[in-house]
Order: sequence, then C-alpha cells, then structure tokens
Amino acid sequence: MKKFSIALIGALALNAGCNDDKFLDIKPTNILLVDEVYNDPRLVLSAITNLYNRIPDYQEPGNFGNYAAFDEAFASRDYNRHRFRDYSFDEWNYWDYGYIRDINLFLERLNTSETLTEADKARFAAEARYLRANAYFELVKRMGGVPLVLESLTYDYSGDAGYLRKPRAKESEIYDFVIKEMEEIKVILPRDANEKSRATYGLAVATKARAALYAGSIAKYGATTPTVSLPNGEIGIPATLATGYYQTALAAAQELINSGLYSLYQKTPDLSENFANIILDKAGNPEVIFVEDYKLRSGKVHNFALENQPRGITEEGDVGGFLNPSLNLVQSFEKLDNTFAPLAIKEGNEDIVYDNPEDLFAGRDARLRGTVLVPGSRFKGRPIDIFAGLLLANNSILSGDQLGQFKNVPEPSGPSVQVVGASGPIQGRNGSAESGFYIRKHNDPALGSGQIGTQSEVWNVRYRYAEVLLNAAEAAFELNQPDVAVTYMNQVRARAGLNIPLTSTDITFDRIVHERKVELAFENHELWDYKRWRIAHLVWNGSNTDLTTDPSKATAPSTRVFALYPYKIYNPGTANHNKWVFRRVNLNNVTESHNFRLGNYYSRISDGIISNNPLIIRNPNQ
Amino acid sequence: MALGFGLGSCAKDNFEPPKSVLDGRLVYQGEPILVQSANANGGNVSDFPVFFELWEKAYQNRSSIRVPVKQDGTFSAVLFNGDYKLTIPNGQGPFLWKTTATNAPDSLTVNLNGSQTLDLEVTPYYMIRNAQFTTSGRVVTSTVAVNKIITDANAKDVERVSLYVNRTQFVDAGNNIKAADLAGSAIPDLNNVSIATEAIGAIVPSQNYVFARIGVKIAGIEDMIYSPVQKVNLQ
Repeated sequence: MKKFSIALIGALALNAGCNDDKFLDIKPTNILLVDEVYNDPRLVLSAITNLYNRIPDYQEPGNFGNYAAFDEAFASRDYNRHRFRDYSFDEWNYWDYGYIRDINLFLERLNTSETLTEADKARFAAEARYLRANAYFELVKRMGGVPLVLESLTYDYSGDAGYLRKPRAKESEIYDFVIKEMEEIKVILPRDANEKSRATYGLAVATKARAALYAGSIAKYGATTPTVSLPNGEIGIPATLATGYYQTALAAAQELINSGLYSLYQKTPDLSENFANIILDKAGNPEVIFVEDYKLRSGKVHNFALENQPRGITEEGDVGGFLNPSLNLVQSFEKLDNTFAPLAIKEGNEDIVYDNPEDLFAGRDARLRGTVLVPGSRFKGRPIDIFAGLLLANNSILSGDQLGQFKNVPEPSGPSVQVVGASGPIQGRNGSAESGFYIRKHNDPALGSGQIGTQSEVWNVRYRYAEVLLNAAEAAFELNQPDVAVTYMNQVRARAGLNIPLTSTDITFDRIVHERKVELAFENHELWDYKRWRIAHLVWNGSNTDLTTDPSKATAPSTRVFALYPYKIYNPGTANHNKWVFRRVNLNNVTESHNFRLGNYYSRISDGIISNNPLIIRNPNQ
Repeated sequence: MALGFGLGSCAKDNFEPPKSVLDGRLVYQGEPILVQSANANGGNVSDFPVFFELWEKAYQNRSSIRVPVKQDGTFSAVLFNGDYKLTIPNGQGPFLWKTTATNAPDSLTVNLNGSQTLDLEVTPYYMIRNAQFTTSGRVVTSTVAVNKIITDANAKDVERVSLYVNRTQFVDAGNNIKAADLAGSAIPDLNNVSIATEAIGAIVPSQNYVFARIGVKIAGIEDMIYSPVQKVNLQ
C-alpha cells in the first residue's frame, strides 16, 4: 500500500509537470536572444554602440602614452621610449578579425529582422558598413593588403578548415573597397552636422577623402622605397594609379567643403585659445566631424587631464605633467611672416635676455600656444611656473632638486629665494616639465578634471574639418593645381592668425608636410602621414643628429627629443635682474635615437597567423 | 602518498633545457660579413638589425626562432636537438641570400644533434678591405678599399661611406659619439677611400682611446656593411 501510494504521487507529480507547458518555456531574465535584440531599435543601437566602442585608435587621449613614441613629445616617467633605438616590427599591428566577424554578423542579423522599420534598418546597416570599412582602413594602414572578408565565416566541423582560408587582397583593393563603401553609404547616412559620435554623410565623405589620399601618396611615394612592396601588390600600389586616387581625394574633400555642413571653428577671439577650444568645445562645434565621446559620471571618462596637468597646479597630489612636448615640435611653428626659424635664444655666444619667458614665443603661429603650454603660460587661471634655476652674477646656475624649492642667495646667508619652478623642470623628476613644456591640446581646463574621482570628458576627435581642407590642399598640390591648393591651405592658416596669405608658388611638398605637422600635432596623424609619404625612415633614421635648424624641411632627421629650459637672472641692482634667458638641454633620459626601418612601414603579421593560414604571405624586410 | 606524487611530478613534468649550441659566422668566401650590433643598450630583444630564422619542423604551430648576427658576423643559439629549416628573410643584411626559382628566399636544412658550427655563405654587395685607422691629435682618419662584389643586374651603388667613433667597442650608425660621412657620388676611386672625423670633443668620463669603424651604406639597402672594430689611441 505504501509503495503504491508513493508511486502514485510520483506519477501525479510528473503528470502535473507535463501539463504545464509554460514551465519549460520560461524566458531567461539575464539573456537577450538574437531575434529579440534585432527586433528592437533601442537594442540594435546598443549592439552597434559596442561596435563603435571597438574602433581601433593608436594615439588618443584615453591612451596618451603613444603620443611620445616619436619626436613630438618626451614621455616623463616612461623613459624607455627614449632609450630604445628600433621600433619593433610588431609595433602598430592590428589583426582583429573577431571585430570584422561581429560586424558581419550584425549586418546579417539586421537583415533577418522583421519588425525594424526600413529607415532604421538602412541607417544601422550603413553604420555597420562604415565601421567595417573603417576597420579595413585601419588594417591596410598598418598591415598592407589583408583578406577581405565580407560575410561571417562558420566552421563546419569537417576537420578541414581550409575553405575558410583567404589570401591577402592587394593593398589597392582594400583602399578601393573603403572608397566604394563610403560612396555607397554616404547617401543613406544622415546629413546631420550635429551628430558627432555616429556615422554621418560628412564622416563618410571625409573618410573617403582620407583613404583616397593615403592610397594616392602610397602609389606616388612608394616608388622611392622599391623594396617596400610585394610582387602581387599585397603591399605597394602602382605609381600609375596615383593620379586617380588624388582626383578621388580632391573630389571628395571638395564635395564636403562645398556642402557647407562644416566650417572652421572660430568662436573665441584669442586665437590660441580658439585653437585649443576646437577640441574642447562640445556645444555646437562646427568643425568636428567624428569623435569618440566621453561623459562625466557615466563611467566613460579618461585620465588625460589627470596625468598631464601642470605639476605646479596639480589637483591630485604628486600626479601630472607626464607628456612634455619637445623643443623639436615647438620650434617648428613658424613666424607670423611665414618664415621658419629656431627659437632665438643666443646671439653669437651671448644669451638673449627676455623680460618675460613667454616673449620668446611671441610672434609665432598662434597654434603653438594652443598646442603647448610654454613657460609663462597660465592654465586653469593660474601660472604654471616653469623655470629651471637662477643664473647668478658669476654666471653659475643655482637650481634645486625639489619642485618650487627655496634657497638662500648667496649661500649660505642671503635672502631665501625660489630657485626652481613649482612645475620644474628638474631632469629625471617625473612630471616636472622635463622638456620645459607641458601639453595644452586635449588638456581639460575644467575644474576637477585633474582629480582621480572626476577625470576628463574631453572627446577624442578623429575627424575634423581642418584636416579635410588640408587633404584637399595636398591632393590639389599633387594634381599640379597649386592655386587650388593654396586657397584651402590659407583658410586653415588664416584661422591660426597667419594673415599673410601664401601664394601658389609657395606650396611645396615641405609646406604640405609642415602644415599637417603643426595643425594636427597630437591628433594621431604623424605616424600614418610619414608612412604614406615614405619619409619615416628618413626622419627617424637612427642617427644621433642634432636638432634641425631648418624646421621647414620635411625630411630633416629628428630622432631625439630636445628640451629648452628657462633661467631667471638673479643679480639685484642690475638692469637684467629677474629677466630671463634660455638654454637648450639634452635630456639625460634620451639615450637612443629613433630608428624607423623599412620593415616598419608595414607591421609584422605574426607567425601564428601565417601558420594557421599559409595563404597569407609575409611582409618584406622583417 | 600525496607527497610522493608531488615529488614525482617535479622530476617528470619538466623538460630538459635545450643545450645544443648552433654557432657560426656569416661569410663570403671565408671572410666574415660584419654588420651592425644589436642595440647595445639592451631593449628590444625580438628585433635585431640582422638576423636569420630557424623553423623547427616537428613543431606544429610554427613560429620562427630569430637568431641575431653579432657585429663581428658571428651568431650563436642554444636549441633543442631536431630538424630545422634555416632561412634569411628578404631584405635582411647588406647581402644577397640564395633564392629559389620563384625568387623566394631559399632555405637549408639543419639537423641538429649536439652542438654544431655552421658558416653561412652569402653574397655581399660590397666588401670593405684593408681598413687602416690613424689619429692625429683628436682627429681619426681612415683609409679603406670598398670592393664591389655583385656586378650583375642586382648591383647597387654606394650611397655613402661613413666613419664612426664611439667610446665602447659597440660602434656603428646607431652607437657613436662622432661620425663622418662621404657621399658615394663624391668618391672618385672606391679602392682608395679616405675619410676623417672632426676633432673628438672631451669624453666623460675621460679616456684616451676610442673605437672606430667604417660602414658602407648601399643605395636601397637598409643594413650597412662594416669593417672590423679597431681601437685607436687619442693624444
């Protein structure tokens, strides 16, 4: 009887379970299924946001260490950058086919969606195609031609993955793909200049111009480095294609210029401040085309201001000042009469005496002080206080080893005087303006941005209108239309306060290189520009060359970072008391010269990738 | 018993370390090929100015072992016994390595079973011979003969001849305190090249000798070929 009843209860219980179909059909509360995501426009937006977040950058405020990899800046604290000679062949490499696959899956799943409106579908698809083309642009910039995979590949568990292997496309084919995609999606994307962090018409056209310009210059200047090529064109573009690419670049840049959607940022009367504000101003900024945005109290903030605030006015203990622009960069900003000259610190063997430290930098391109905090500048309304020591009457220098240190002058009994700036510089002391300068571009002037708990929401500008103008100028110059080139370049220069227009005969390759160098410093252009012009191995040639005296020359070697230190004259009762002199300094921590080898023009494809896919051939010179 | 397992696995789990040494030189008809040293300050161990590659055949997911060539043209690697393929990638060194019919770098098989010495024969574009260094005061002067070896369609011009001087025996284009360049176009007779530095400034800490070396930069070739390092006394 007892056994029977247990069996009965068991049977009843099972029976009850079977009757309740919903028991097996409970929706998980923590997982969204694929068809749920792709049928809700808000969830599709969050899926594509993830794809936007994975756009690869090289130099960016959120990862600013790379800004000091070349000759634009000294990396305080990260001295190893200046103690290595060679760039590794693995440097700048990128091979994220996981990202490409995710974008392909996004496109395929979007296609199967039933409830999204056609307009939503079209825009999301165009955005995903932008991101995919942009990823291929990054791949081709770094690796050369790569396998062009435009659908999600799936393994069939047959034991042979050979059918998934694809060979590398030609370098030109990847550029053609990017250009074609931009052409096709630009009409689908919104024509909205206020949209900065999603793909727009303006972004597609700007990307097309940039990609075509890169391809054109590789075709033209690749001829100067014949060994940087592969016989089937995986690397290298035939010189005969150069004109076509330059025409595409010029047409695309002009299309965007003539659309009137964007204009140069000219809101602030002070030109240097105006230049800094191009990056800082998020409210109706007419120049910025595409950014990676950051937002306070959202979790997406970066520490650029925290790590790079001047040490003398730091908001957070012993932190700041790690990125120090180089004298090499500072002296390359030209004078207002369109000529170049090193900074005037000596006349013959005599020091030139200045009343105020910033006088040394007067009469130069306003972009200098929009990019760099020079000695005597103010930041966040306070003086940043850079000076390296006192120059005493007997021509000796009295300095200290503590920031803002006071000493008795003359020692040991005289009055106590500050002998070194509150922001340094002191050689070998982290963050103390070791090159004599601090960075202004990207540096957030908002109160609290230098605090660990707050940090900065300055956005990472990836495309802005001034670059489009310079792209147009370069393409026009290469197409032998200097009168067209000069109008575009003069617009950018006039905004910077260079009011004497250049004439068409002034436009040379050196001018093009120089204009991009100063306008786009610290904006992730230098490396890619020098690579496509094939001048990287000439500029970073590994020799211990001195600082160039001709900053206008594009191929002048610049392999080491130099510093400039201001000294205050201490000689009470004389006319020069409390005036300033400058000395050029070779930094102790700069022990090696940068050497960019031919094998660095394209990064190394790792042996593991080639092992898995023998169809991939290696890049040369590595 | 658990303890027993622990001890046992210590002895059984670990591989024998590699102990076979492959060493040798890069040579042209018995003369060593002298190149740039690897970064004397340490640094990047994965990339060397001149290197060759070893690929172990038995190993499935293959990646290369890069063996750097030192500035005196020698190399040395400690390896497991096994069958390796040795190749020099395109664009390495101031020389040509033999190629296959399809113009890919050829390879040779190295069956390593115990230590082995191997001279790798390559064909340099130029050889530097009879390098003589003299000093007068603090000026270093050198005379050399630069002999053209490759004269067929692959021949290249001399871009420049350089004299490098350094405090230590690591002396080349990247490691020097003084350098003098002579453009190839300014050399009338490659068999008799003379080049002098400017006066060498004070050396800190002070020393009354330096090391000097001649390098030849070949047009279109990245790696330079060098003469032997020589110590010279300054007055």
